[in-house]
Amino acid sequence: MRRKTLLYGLLCVLCVPFVFPTWWMATSSLKPVSEVFAFPPSLWPGRPTLEAYQQVFELQPFAQQYWNSLYIAVAVTLGTLAVSALAGYAFARIRFRGSNVLFVIVLTGLLIPSEVTIVPLFQLFHGWGLTDTHWPLILVPVVGAPSVLATFIMRQFFLVLPRELEEAAAVDGLGRFATFRRIGLPLARPALGAVAIFTFLHSWNLYLEPIVFLSSPEKFTLPQALTQFVDAYGGPMWNVQLAAASMTALPVLVVFVLAQKQFVEGLAHTGLKG
Amino acid sequence: MTVQSQSQSQSLARTARHTGRAGWWTTRRRDHLLGYLFIAPQLAGSLLFVFLPLALVFYYSLNEWNVLADTFSFVGAENYQQLLSDPNVPSVLMATGFFSIGLVVFNLSLALLLAVLLNQRLRGTTVFRTLFFSPVVVSLVAWTIVWGFLLQKNGGINAILQVFGIEGPNWLRTGTWAMVSVIVVQVFKNVGLNMVLFLAALQGVPRELFEAARLDGASAWTQFRRITLPMISPTVLLTSIITVAGSLQVFAQIAVLTQGGPGTSTTVLVYYLYQQAFQFHHFGYGATLSVLLFVIVLALTLLQWRMRRRWVFHEA
Repeated sequence: MRRKTLLYGLLCVLCVPFVFPTWWMATSSLKPVSEVFAFPPSLWPGRPTLEAYQQVFELQPFAQQYWNSLYIAVAVTLGTLAVSALAGYAFARIRFRGSNVLFVIVLTGLLIPSEVTIVPLFQLFHGWGLTDTHWPLILVPVVGAPSVLATFIMRQFFLVLPRELEEAAAVDGLGRFATFRRIGLPLARPALGAVAIFTFLHSWNLYLEPIVFLSSPEKFTLPQALTQFVDAYGGPMWNVQLAAASMTALPVLVVFVLAQKQFVEGLAHTGLKG
Repeated sequence: MTVQSQSQSQSLARTARHTGRAGWWTTRRRDHLLGYLFIAPQLAGSLLFVFLPLALVFYYSLNEWNVLADTFSFVGAENYQQLLSDPNVPSVLMATGFFSIGLVVFNLSLALLLAVLLNQRLRGTTVFRTLFFSPVVVSLVAWTIVWGFLLQKNGGINAILQVFGIEGPNWLRTGTWAMVSVIVVQVFKNVGLNMVLFLAALQGVPRELFEAARLDGASAWTQFRRITLPMISPTVLLTSIITVAGSLQVFAQIAVLTQGGPGTSTTVLVYYLYQQAFQFHHFGYGATLSVLLFVIVLALTLLQWRMRRRWVFHEA
C-alpha cells in the first residue's frame, strides 16, 4: 500500500514538466499583457480575454499560414503514403532484377540527414525558380529522404503478409496492381496509419526548410510564423506568441488524446520495426 | 488452410499466371516492369533529392560561392583550410558533443525510469503514459516558445523558484545554463517516444526470470541490472542510435531559444552551418560544414553498429 502511494506520488511529480508547459501556454494566452508576468504567477487567468487571439490574425496573415501548414502536411502525408506503399510493396513482394541492390541504395538515404543536403537543395530549387514556393516543402519529403523510412516500414509490413492471399487473388484473375490495391493496401492499414501519423507530425513541425525556402509572410508555415510576433524592438510579444502557439499545438493534442492508442502504438511500431 | 490445398492453390496460381499470356509478354517480364514502375518515384526522388545534393555538397565545398556578388570559383581545399583555422569550429564541435551526450544520457535514463514505473501493476498507467507522451505531438516550435517564455529572467520557472526563496539565473543568457536548458527542453519534448519503445521492450521480458531471481534473493537493483537491462539491450541500442542521430540535427530549438548564444555556447553544427550559408551567404563554406556533419553522422552510425556486439545481449 505504501509502495503504491509512493509510486503515484513519484509519477505525479514527474508529470509536471510534461503537462505544465502546455497548461501555462494555454492559460497565459488568455491573460491580458499586464497579467502575463504577474507575481506570484496565477495558474488561471484572473480576467480572461481573447485579445491576444485577435492580434494574432491582425499582425500576420495567420489564417493563410495555418492553411499553408495544413494543406502541405496533408499533401505530404498522402504523397508519402502512395510513394512508400508502392515502393515498399515492390521491394517486399515483386521479384525483379536488381531489387536488392536498389533497396540498399534507397535505404542509404536514411544515413544522410536532410541538414547535410540543405545547401545544394536550396541551389537546385533556386535554379528551377521554385524558391519562395511550397514545392520544396512537398516534393522533398514525398520522394526524398523522409519517405525512405516510410518505404522501409511498408516493406517490413508487406514481407510478413501471408502469400496465400495474393495467390488466391491471382487465381481469381486479379493482376499485380489490382492485387496490390484490393488485397495488399487494405491489409496494410495499421502500417499506413503509423506512416501517416509520423509523416503528418514531421511536416507540421518542419522549421529549417521553411525558413530556408520561404521569404514572403503569406507563404510561411506555422512554426515559422510563430516566431514572427515581435514588437518594434524585436522583443517577443509573449501573449500573442502563446496564443498562436496554442492554436498550433492544441488541435493535434486534442486529436492525440482522442486517438492516443493509435498514436502511441503507431509511433512505437515504426521505431520497433527499425 | 491445409498443406495440400495450399500447394494446390500455389500451382493453380502459377498456371493462371502463365496461361492466357503467351509469348514475349510473360509474367516474369511483366513483374520486372511493374517492380521498376512501383519503385520509380522513390528511386527517382532518392537520386534527385538525396544523392545528387550529396554529390553537389562535396563539389560546392571545393568552391568559393558568393551569391550576393554572384561569383563562383574553384578554390580547391581552401574551405577545408578555413575549417581547420576557424576559431569557432572547436567550440561548435564542443557544443554539439555536449548537447548530444547530455541529451542521450538524460533522455535514455529518464525514458527508462518512466518505462519501469509505468510497467508496474498499477491502475491508471495509461493516463500517465498519455501525459508523458503528449509533448511528442505538441508542435516543436510551440513547445520551444513556451519554454523560452518560462525560462526568462522574470519567467515562470524563476517565479516558482522564488516561492521557495531561490533566486534563479537568467537561464538562456548564462553560458552553461543555456546549454542545459536547451537539453532539458528537448528531453521533455521527445522522451515519451523512447519511453514507449522501452515499455514495449519491458513487456517482452518473461516474468519467470524475475520470479526465479527473487527466489534466489536478488534485490530490485540487481534484478534490473542483471535481467532487465540485458534483456532490453537491443532496444537501448536502437533508441540510442535514433537519439544520437536526432541530437546532431537539432536546429529549431536553438534558433528559437538561444540563437546559438550566449557567445557561441549553444551554437551546434547545424545552426552554425545555417548561419554561414543562409545568413552570411558563404555557401561554399556552408557546404564544407555540411561535409563535416555528414562525416560525423556516418562515423557515429558505423561506430554504434560495430559496438552492438559488445553490449547487445541476444537471446540465443
